[in-house]
Amino acid sequence: MTHDVTLAEAEAETVTEMRVEHDDDPRRAKRFLFLRNGKALTGIGILLFFGILALVGPWIAPYDPNQVSADLLQPPTAAHWLGTDHTGRDILSQIIVGTRGVLVVGLIAGVSATILGVVVGVTAGFVGGAGDETLSALSNVFLVIPQLPLIIIIAGQLPTAGGVTVALVIGVTGWAWGARVLRAQTLSLRKRDFVEAARANGERTWRLVLAEVLPNLTAIIAAGFVGTVTFAVLSQVTLAFIGITPVSDWNWGTILFWAQNNLALQRGAWWWFVPAGLCIALLGMALTLVNFGIDEFVNPRLRSTGMNARLLRRRRIRPRIGFTPVLRTGPSPDRPTSEERS
Amino acid sequence: MTASTLHVPTAGPGAGDPVLEIENLSVDYGYTDDATHVLRDVSLTLHRGEVLGLAGESGCGKSTLAYAAMRLLPPPGLITSGSVHFTDRDGTRTDVLRQSDAELRASRWQDMSVVFQGAMNSLNPVFRIGRQIADGILAHRPRTTRKEALEQAAGLLEMVGINADRARDYPHQLSGGMRQRVMIAMALALDPQVLIMDEPTTALDVVMQRQIVEEIADLRERLGFSVVFITHDVSLLIEIADRIAIMYAGDVVEDARAQDVYRRPRHPYSSALLHSFPPLRGERRELTGIPGAPPDMQRMPPGCPFAPRCAHTTDVCREVRPALGPTALADRGEQEAARRVACHLHDAAAGRGGGSLPAGLAR
Amino acid sequence: MRFAVRRTIFYLITAWAAVTINFLIPRLMPGDPVTALMGRMQGRIDSNAEQSIRVLFGLDTESSVWQQYVDYWGLLLRGDLGLSFTFFPTPVADIVQQALPWTVGLVGIATIIAFTLGTLVGTAIGWRRGTWADSLLPITTFFSAVPYFWLGLIAITVFSVTLGWFPSSGSYDRGLVPTWSWEFVGSVIYYGFLPALTVVLSSVAGWILGMRNMMVTVSSEDYVTVAHAKGLPERAVTVGYAARNAILPQVSSFALSLGFVVGGTLIMEMVFSYQGIGYTLFQAVNTQDYPLMQGCFLVITLAVLGANIIADFVYAALDPRTRQEG
Repeated sequence: MTHDVTLAEAEAETVTEMRVEHDDDPRRAKRFLFLRNGKALTGIGILLFFGILALVGPWIAPYDPNQVSADLLQPPTAAHWLGTDHTGRDILSQIIVGTRGVLVVGLIAGVSATILGVVVGVTAGFVGGAGDETLSALSNVFLVIPQLPLIIIIAGQLPTAGGVTVALVIGVTGWAWGARVLRAQTLSLRKRDFVEAARANGERTWRLVLAEVLPNLTAIIAAGFVGTVTFAVLSQVTLAFIGITPVSDWNWGTILFWAQNNLALQRGAWWWFVPAGLCIALLGMALTLVNFGIDEFVNPRLRSTGMNARLLRRRRIRPRIGFTPVLRTGPSPDRPTSEERS
Repeated sequence: MTASTLHVPTAGPGAGDPVLEIENLSVDYGYTDDATHVLRDVSLTLHRGEVLGLAGESGCGKSTLAYAAMRLLPPPGLITSGSVHFTDRDGTRTDVLRQSDAELRASRWQDMSVVFQGAMNSLNPVFRIGRQIADGILAHRPRTTRKEALEQAAGLLEMVGINADRARDYPHQLSGGMRQRVMIAMALALDPQVLIMDEPTTALDVVMQRQIVEEIADLRERLGFSVVFITHDVSLLIEIADRIAIMYAGDVVEDARAQDVYRRPRHPYSSALLHSFPPLRGERRELTGIPGAPPDMQRMPPGCPFAPRCAHTTDVCREVRPALGPTALADRGEQEAARRVACHLHDAAAGRGGGSLPAGLAR
Repeated sequence: MRFAVRRTIFYLITAWAAVTINFLIPRLMPGDPVTALMGRMQGRIDSNAEQSIRVLFGLDTESSVWQQYVDYWGLLLRGDLGLSFTFFPTPVADIVQQALPWTVGLVGIATIIAFTLGTLVGTAIGWRRGTWADSLLPITTFFSAVPYFWLGLIAITVFSVTLGWFPSSGSYDRGLVPTWSWEFVGSVIYYGFLPALTVVLSSVAGWILGMRNMMVTVSSEDYVTVAHAKGLPERAVTVGYAARNAILPQVSSFALSLGFVVGGTLIMEMVFSYQGIGYTLFQAVNTQDYPLMQGCFLVITLAVLGANIIADFVYAALDPRTRQEG
């Protein structure tokens, strides 16, 4: 289950870096706070589910996804839970078997793009001068060129465009987004008083980057990783949908390709294209939820909304910036002031 | 503590009367039952014309106390009990914690203003500094025109020693010391009665620190506002403050005149804290530092929070949390009687003339 | 002014790099699909046109790569993108020129609507935390995770196939003559509504989330607390202090997400058979029309570059720090 391991590692890094930022946060002792976060847990749960599916998919799928049968274009039945396509192939099996392709591509692309983005972005933001000019020019070139058309052009001209190839193309073209955001943030951090102070104290550059700059970028790095994985999944599914990647490689986009080309919309065969799209959305949501979880872990101020809105109402708390709520549960028991008695 | 026992330097109508009274203030961090109690029943009084220093290690709650008093604590800060009374020039007394948002908004900046730590982040990077000073004036003085407000802003900048032309600069065009001066000018725009300064000199170099501190002292002489000066640098406080409150783990542990705290600390923590800073002037003394670290606010021990690090811990210290009360030496005179300390050593030695106090705490 | 000059030079360099990448892609591809097609086209292409295709696709093996590069630029500057194989012998430049306004209209308007709407909603949600508005977040998250084209499929199923409210494909009533008449413009709006709605629905979520997160981040900045401490009206704090600063990263991310958004909306054109660049690219890919593919790609790239320049200048107008640094 390679993808979950890597994700967990990325999160572990996030967790350790976070401590530095909120040194005076009394909650830092709660080591597993991240895992207590409902959103993150939900996200990780969904990812785990798809991860297991990717791993054991071919063995648990009820049918061979390529096996044609006499049940042509059947709506969901007991035999075919998600119905069949125009040649009687089982759609549930296609989705289960297709999970692996989606996750592998997302992960390879996400990891490679994140590494490239961090290296280029932080370096550019920190070194400044000619190095910065060169690196940001490079990321701008990659940013300006719309990725999806670029991938389409490359994939369209390649003799074969399999999953790993597509993943690498996405990774190599997709790091610039993260790099530019990270560069901008590094640049502004570099000017902040605390970094200036550390620099004035004669801190070494690499230590400055590791201890003062990177911890403050964790949220952006994490968001970038999640974003790239999401983008990679969407791109790959899109390429499959428009028929650029081999249609015999099952992934969720391939199912949609067959559905679109066999007029599933016009025939009202919703079971053909709705489940695959929902799976993509579910995976994307899981990634975003993990991102929210990381966010709330990073910034204790975000956490307040992680709690039950009903509880807030019951305790009559209205969390607002600039107007700290005051708890009023009847007169204060210890020492009521004169106004309170009146 | 009555006004007569205090020696407040600034004379004038009502000088020495309380202007800000914080009583039994408790603050949680988090809205659930497992919230961290960052302040527990803290009481503190600021008198008119006085500079009150608030000192302690980082994370002791000194900033939290000041921000809670202004209700500026960001989520998930929650004030769970207590009162904060502000007394206006005409004697009207209002509980800041009971004001509606609209009342609070109207009174802010005129009654109490604040200078934050790290002036770079306190200024809106996209507005010119003149405009940022002026918008505070315009919000409270609806009759003022925009032009007048900008002129006032320029005047305020002159007052803190910045050329009025600079009003058209953006924050990033100013040096750190200038930004801090801008913040002070901004805080004084509406002639507030209380000025809260949260580590206003921390990010500055020593020369600039000194200039700013002198600037504040000078302005206070002229304008007569009261100051709550928050810092971890006790030696700086001794220079500027009339009175010092030492905080530890969300509690005030000692509250006395600045010189008294400096020369004759009564709480073991105050004594230790003083020995961990070199004095700016005066006698030299040995620097020792304090062993251990402040307690985890999430898992507070039941007794005195300082007990694990204290050299004089007894059994009662580990079980009962001491309350702020008179010192064991209260019979030594008026000044001593006005002091407050939260320590079992004093409770035990009370009535015995402080005979059982360690020598360092009974000078 | 120094800033403007610097940025202009910078974008010229970027444009040069984009063209160069476009030059390199077919030359780096393994195999030689173009030769095969050229073989099929033999005799139908006059020698001039054949020469330009050879230059565009690096079949000109006799001359050095440098010479090819110089020739390539020569062709581009003359607006010669070669001839389309599918629509032979129409020049690629003509096809692209015809398709571009449709894309700029549909994608441009829809993107601006989505950005404005998303920023406004994001500001509101980010500011009022812990209220009912937070419950919009899961819905937003869902929409940001859905592939654009799938939303298009659903929209067609619901609004065209089932309800029959909107046409499922095309960009105007084929019975009408394209003129500036009310009837024709009305037809364009009617046909463009569903694709535009889908583009807005699928991209607005990203702007909402981005702005919301920036609002939350900016809200905890000291200057927002200072604005509250000053007792400024709620509106002044929200707009002048929080949103005014939160929009900076939003604008720069508008520039950077443009490539992404355009990519997604091009697919939308494919789903709706809308006669813009995206649909043209789709047709070119399916018929292996390499000159047309390359031409579409180059034009899309340059258009996104142009939009980037605009976003950059807006950013500079909004952030005084950029202006000073130049």
